[in-house]
Amino acid sequence: MKSNILPAIKLTLVCLVFFCGIYSLIIFGVAQFSPNNGKGEIITQNGKTFYSNIAQSFTADKYFWSRPSAVAYNAAGSAGSNKGPSNPDYLAEVQARIDTFLVHNPGVEKSEIPSDLVTASGSGLDPHISVQAANVQLKRIAKSRGITEADIQQLILSNIEKPLLGMFGPERINVLQLNIALDNLK
Amino acid sequence: MNTEIFGTILMYGIVVLLAIPLGRYIGKIFTNQPTWLDKIFNPVDNLFYKICGIDISKEMTWKQHLLALLTINAAWFVLSMLVLTNMSWLPLNPDGNPSMSADLAFNTSISFVVNTNLQHYSGETGISYLGQLILMLWQFVSAATGIAICAVVFMAMKERTTKTLGNFYFYFVRTCTRILFPIAVAVASILSFSGTPMTFEGKDTITTLQGDTLQVSRGPVAAFVAIKHLGTNGGGFYGANSAHPLENPTYLTNITEMVAQMLIPIAMIFALGFVIKRRTLSWMIFGVMSFGFLLLTIPTVISEINGNPKIAEMGIAQPLGSMEGKEVRIGAAASAYWSITTTVISTGSVNSMHDSYTPLSGMNQMLGMMINCFYGGVGVGILNFYIFIILAVFISGLMVGRTPEFLGKKIEAKEMKIAMLIALLHPFLILSATAIASSLYAGNPEAYSGWLANPGFHGFSEMLYEFTSSAANNGSGFEGLGDNTLFWNIACGLVMLLARFLPIVGPVAIAGILGSKKYIPESNGTLKTDTATFGLMVFAVIAIVAALAFFPALTLGPIAEYFSIY
Repeated sequence: MKSNILPAIKLTLVCLVFFCGIYSLIIFGVAQFSPNNGKGEIITQNGKTFYSNIAQSFTADKYFWSRPSAVAYNAAGSAGSNKGPSNPDYLAEVQARIDTFLVHNPGVEKSEIPSDLVTASGSGLDPHISVQAANVQLKRIAKSRGITEADIQQLILSNIEKPLLGMFGPERINVLQLNIALDNLK
Repeated sequence: MNTEIFGTILMYGIVVLLAIPLGRYIGKIFTNQPTWLDKIFNPVDNLFYKICGIDISKEMTWKQHLLALLTINAAWFVLSMLVLTNMSWLPLNPDGNPSMSADLAFNTSISFVVNTNLQHYSGETGISYLGQLILMLWQFVSAATGIAICAVVFMAMKERTTKTLGNFYFYFVRTCTRILFPIAVAVASILSFSGTPMTFEGKDTITTLQGDTLQVSRGPVAAFVAIKHLGTNGGGFYGANSAHPLENPTYLTNITEMVAQMLIPIAMIFALGFVIKRRTLSWMIFGVMSFGFLLLTIPTVISEINGNPKIAEMGIAQPLGSMEGKEVRIGAAASAYWSITTTVISTGSVNSMHDSYTPLSGMNQMLGMMINCFYGGVGVGILNFYIFIILAVFISGLMVGRTPEFLGKKIEAKEMKIAMLIALLHPFLILSATAIASSLYAGNPEAYSGWLANPGFHGFSEMLYEFTSSAANNGSGFEGLGDNTLFWNIACGLVMLLARFLPIVGPVAIAGILGSKKYIPESNGTLKTDTATFGLMVFAVIAIVAALAFFPALTLGPIAEYFSIY
């Protein structure tokens, strides 16, 4: 044991310098060449700065809604709901979200609502919704903004993010970017 | 949906294609053969040895290896406790986060030093950047510990009779600098360019499009997340782990993180064949592990794509599958695929919340950890598998009436006893700890009402999962469990400690004892271990010893829940 103690302590300190210090600084240096110098990707709109990867809460009828969040979109405390698939409280919560959605979106059939719009995301900060989740909100937005449905349909189509290389992963729409485009329509 | 399936196939394909050459490279590192990175790393390594006063030419016996390993791990634990309980006044704390309580620091220190990365705190509010950087150090060195000790076992498996098995510090330092470090730099760079933050600035406050105020946590995330996956550690920078859109911003980063975590465990299998010059043995092991992996993965992916039947009853559409706790940019298929990968290889990082999976998916995740050797964590996965090989050699030797030999060494009573003890330790730790927790809860559900976020069978699953994850060096959780309490911090800490070091001591002891035995060349009477038949035998032993031991507990949790909703 004795002959190991000194090398163990010294090796720990050397590793501390190398892996906490030098490694971190190398990656920090690399990040200076990345988008927004490694401070998170941002978009600016009318002088305001937003993080494009972080969901925002949209409650007004004139905006596309994000997915529900278990942490009220708190980007300083991410978490999922951790509700099990058979939990009665959870199922009641989903039912309540469906009911609220139907109230705000007259003319939409229940079977048209995709589940991503009424289930909480894993992080509580999911910036995306599915294409179907955007389409199902189209009538409400057209009505509250007084824009034709065709214009909004066009906007949705142009905001679809395709799978990687067109082959891998799901299609999706960034809600924040879509809403910014919506505001810019006028 | 097809593009989601293609994505999972792509991820597996990339891993296997990269793992074969990497395995050869790792083999060269272990056996000290020249590589093209020598020019850079020879001076670095020599500096390490010189400062630390390490003589790498001094060969160690298996006992000396274990002593060196345990001593340095103890040093890490002490340093970790000191930092985590004093973070509030130490530098690099822009968000003003508090120090950890003693029991939480105990749990967290053990958790990261032993490569488990169970987290009873939340990254945004429970730890400073200095704390994160210290945990990142454990992610490097705990992974290197597993790989280095695996190298020792490889050396003992060579065709020779020897008592000494190289120098522990030599394997350890080379693993850190020549395997983990360069790949981590590459992975962190990809993440950084894809939008993962790498800054030492604190939270940013912005106003949203609708006019609300929003705080966004940042930090040195890219560096942390790279080694988190590469070393099969799994501890997240943020509370939501790799489901967080800054920790895992795109489908490309999801592929990168997935490949990073699976790469070394599979490469180690091929490194084994390279070191002991038995390629077919590697392919046998790879075959058994991959078969088990697919057996767990495919039903899970299908189950998640099909969605939650209780949601279907409400009459809405589930075109994306079961989406509670999942992210749209990743999708149900890649989430389900990740959830099994992370549990079979002991990473424990999550890109979706396991607590919200459909019941049988949750069961498959637990089975991955209960078996704990379909690939397994870096280095230690092979050690776990080694135990099952020893058992299978002995059992099939008895069945066909041949002397139980593995790689030219006779397996006798002493090795069998160690192997059996280690094989039974895993179910013993998980089931007895879960039994204690369940009886506490059942005796006084009101006092412990903060524990479970879900009622009924699923609540039991939450407790079973927590101890399974602790014992399997995994670190993922059914995170609904209210686990930052004295009981869970101490109980999980002890389980993690025992479940890390005993399964290292056991295989190293067996390999060390076998290594010093007389080498018997193969003859017609030798049981061939690099054949498909023997692979089937190993699989059967795993299924009987590991999986069946847990069947009663699984019946009370996920299986009962399954029948309640389907």
